[in-house]
Amino acid sequence: MSSPSETVPTTPFGTPASAARTTSTRPFYWSVRRELWEHRSVYIAPLVAAGVVLFGVTISAIRLGHHLTDLPHFDPAQDGGALSLPFDFAAIPVMLTALIVAIFYCMGALHNERRDRSILFWKSLPVSDLNAVLAKAFVPMVVLPVVTFVIVCALHLFMLLIGTAAFLAHGLDPSPFWTGVPWLQVEITLIYSLVTLSLWYAPIYGWLLLVSAWAKRAPFLWAVFPPLALCLLEKIAFDTSNLWSLLTYRLHGGLSEAFDVSDAHVGHAMRSLPRIDLAQFLSTPGLWVGLVFAAGFAAAAVWMRRYREPT
Amino acid sequence: MACIEARGLRRAFGKTLALDGVDLRVEEGRILGLIGPNGAGKSTALNAMLGLTQYQGELKVLGKDPWTQRDALMRDVCFIADVAVLPRWMRVNQALDYVAGVHPRFDRARAEGFLARTDIKRTSKVRELSKGMVTQLHLALVMAIDARLLVLDEPTLGLDILYRKQFYDTLLNDYFDHSRTIIVTTHQVEEIEHILTDLAFIDHGRIVLDGSMEDLAARYFEVMVNPDQVLAARAFKPLKERQVFGRSIMLFDHLTREQLAPLGEVHTPSIADLFVAVIGGQQANRPGAVA
Repeated sequence: MSSPSETVPTTPFGTPASAARTTSTRPFYWSVRRELWEHRSVYIAPLVAAGVVLFGVTISAIRLGHHLTDLPHFDPAQDGGALSLPFDFAAIPVMLTALIVAIFYCMGALHNERRDRSILFWKSLPVSDLNAVLAKAFVPMVVLPVVTFVIVCALHLFMLLIGTAAFLAHGLDPSPFWTGVPWLQVEITLIYSLVTLSLWYAPIYGWLLLVSAWAKRAPFLWAVFPPLALCLLEKIAFDTSNLWSLLTYRLHGGLSEAFDVSDAHVGHAMRSLPRIDLAQFLSTPGLWVGLVFAAGFAAAAVWMRRYREPT
Repeated sequence: MACIEARGLRRAFGKTLALDGVDLRVEEGRILGLIGPNGAGKSTALNAMLGLTQYQGELKVLGKDPWTQRDALMRDVCFIADVAVLPRWMRVNQALDYVAGVHPRFDRARAEGFLARTDIKRTSKVRELSKGMVTQLHLALVMAIDARLLVLDEPTLGLDILYRKQFYDTLLNDYFDHSRTIIVTTHQVEEIEHILTDLAFIDHGRIVLDGSMEDLAARYFEVMVNPDQVLAARAFKPLKERQVFGRSIMLFDHLTREQLAPLGEVHTPSIADLFVAVIGGQQANRPGAVA
């Protein structure tokens, strides 16, 4: 997402003094920064989730150590996969937390500023509504995935150190951690998941931003109940549940489209990393339809913020 | 070029006409007081000028259409829409950083200079400041922006007299330089009287009186009528008559000072008295219009 850079007027109307004082500005950058000032949960919540995981891992490492010493034969070649498993799963609580933060962020993003009337301050400055809404969409789409990636990487590093320390403390060889876990693949899979999920959930974020810009109060209810009511209506009227499957597909379909989960790999699914399937993801109509919807919702949110009477 | 030019400006909310054909022209370098009773259409008129509300009719602000060219207009226009619209979670430092980051005509050093005169701490959050301090902060931000038009909608509502007086003194002494234009609405008319160059009364969505302070001072006179001249004075059809300490005070329109001098003590009416005479005369049963 590129910053719609504001061009500084080269021939300002004002006095020469005003020309001298004209400085270059970066409205998009500062709009994103101000979102992060306001919503510190964007990085605090995933950090807390990572902290909880780390705490659990530490305790489990202590316990696991005792078990390992009991094992007569520990074969790193065979059990290396088992070692990498916690690393894959450690990312999940952090990603889930980030998703919840993103949902609540979007619902408040364009609602809170109207509720506390600070929109009158934001709109008194030369920052366009397009710029403002894009900066708000940037947070769940880009900032949160980046924050999640950095935190999970740090989490992996700490887990690695803890695991190594636990093995060493019990006189075991910690090298399986360093050689048995396919680190590059783990982190690439993580990035890939974050990017595909961000794109897959874009229409959800867009919808929430739109409701946030539109609802006079209770954006959560407006975001959730109308779609559910439509599902119910469809069920009653036609005894079908197409909309329901569409919505649930949107919620869980991202990862199944992004990764190869065909039968051949299901057996390994618990022991090895899911296989990236970019071609399948990019050829999923759901992705592109979703992105079109996301763009439409965002455009409607911009329109709302621009043309609606601030009350 | 006129800073603001409005012709036949109309805006309806349902069946209520908030603006019912406003004609107004404000030249650059003026300080206009837009005065009216509650619900007269002041805020709607200002919102229209700021591109915050739709309207029918013709409106140009600095030569631009505020509804369709709002983004461009906001480089040259600044406004304080209400007291306490600064985001409560923001720190003073962040407010400075943000405005400096997005406004090409913001002079941070100037804003810091204004803040240095107050008790506002840089690390404070807006929610920790008193209402008066929030207004000081907002004014410091706005005055450091080299805008061509500054719109102030009830900027001192709910502030005590010391903050109010300081607000307008600062505005006049440190900001106004005869090339900028300021439009201000307030209910405390007596406090802005001395800083205005122009005055417009708005009532029921229409401008009922406007002109420069000099024009109005040449047109309206208030006479503290000598007791023996009361009947003679009434023959001149005063706009308004009121009693103060048993003396009749009459407000006349379109009479010269020379004509009125024999009747008693002649002076220029205050805005408040003029307001009561002009607007109160039209709606005598609306109490406390200037409250």
